[in-house]
Amino acid sequence: MDTIFNPLAGGLLIGLTATIYLLAIGKVIGISGILSQLLFNKERFLPFLFIAGLIVGGGAYGILTEKTVAFPETRSPILLIVSGLLVGYGTRLGGGCTSGHGVCGISRLSPRSIIATLIFMAAAIITVAVLN
Amino acid sequence: MYAIVTLAAGLLFGLGLAFSEMTNPTVVLGFLDIFGEWNPSLIIVMASAITVGMIGYAVKRKRMAPMLASKWQVPTLRHIDSKLIIGSSLFGIGWGISGYCPGPGLTALVNNPSEGFYFVAALIVGSGLHYFQTRITQK
Repeated sequence: MDTIFNPLAGGLLIGLTATIYLLAIGKVIGISGILSQLLFNKERFLPFLFIAGLIVGGGAYGILTEKTVAFPETRSPILLIVSGLLVGYGTRLGGGCTSGHGVCGISRLSPRSIIATLIFMAAAIITVAVLN
Repeated sequence: MYAIVTLAAGLLFGLGLAFSEMTNPTVVLGFLDIFGEWNPSLIIVMASAITVGMIGYAVKRKRMAPMLASKWQVPTLRHIDSKLIIGSSLFGIGWGISGYCPGPGLTALVNNPSEGFYFVAALIVGSGLHYFQTRITQK
């Protein structure tokens, strides 16, 4: 693991994937939106394939490689549940998460996505500062 | 072909998240902790992803339609409303509490199952709350 190479290569791969998906299928990659399609749409096959691929891709690499920084010691279920509820509800109300607003939205210079990204970054930074 | 591209995109996106260590909440919380021991690596992830993404959109503007579909389905909303502001604020607070946003939270089902289970269960409930709230208020 390298502190410059890994984030650079990972970011390039994320950008390249978003570009292939856009040019082939014509849609943006937004994880919170695709998850909500998997849960609530009638047509579930494609969202299922994407989410299954994401879990396998993100999980397989995690298993196969050593990490520079250890994963956190398992934290309290209450903390994880409060976080999950806020992330689930907030991303749907705000129409996107780190992928849809942060990567794809800023790439196409959407004013909504730029504002959303600034707000969720600021809220997350303040939350971490308060909790620490 | 459509299905193969969708599955491959999921796999590659997951690999990208893992390779950049965004799947690890310790790294993400280190990035968000700008007043503490700041780990700036996610700026490199975002900047490189957005740079490639911008090239993608430049190519898109020169094409009439995507390769495998009849029309573009890129979001067209432009207005900034209270939903965007409140939703993004709530998301940011939740992200700052655990270090998981939706993608890394889902991969935690494999990488850190004892955490991933609770986070993803709540993620689904939170997403469902918004879905049913929207359905009720639209009636």
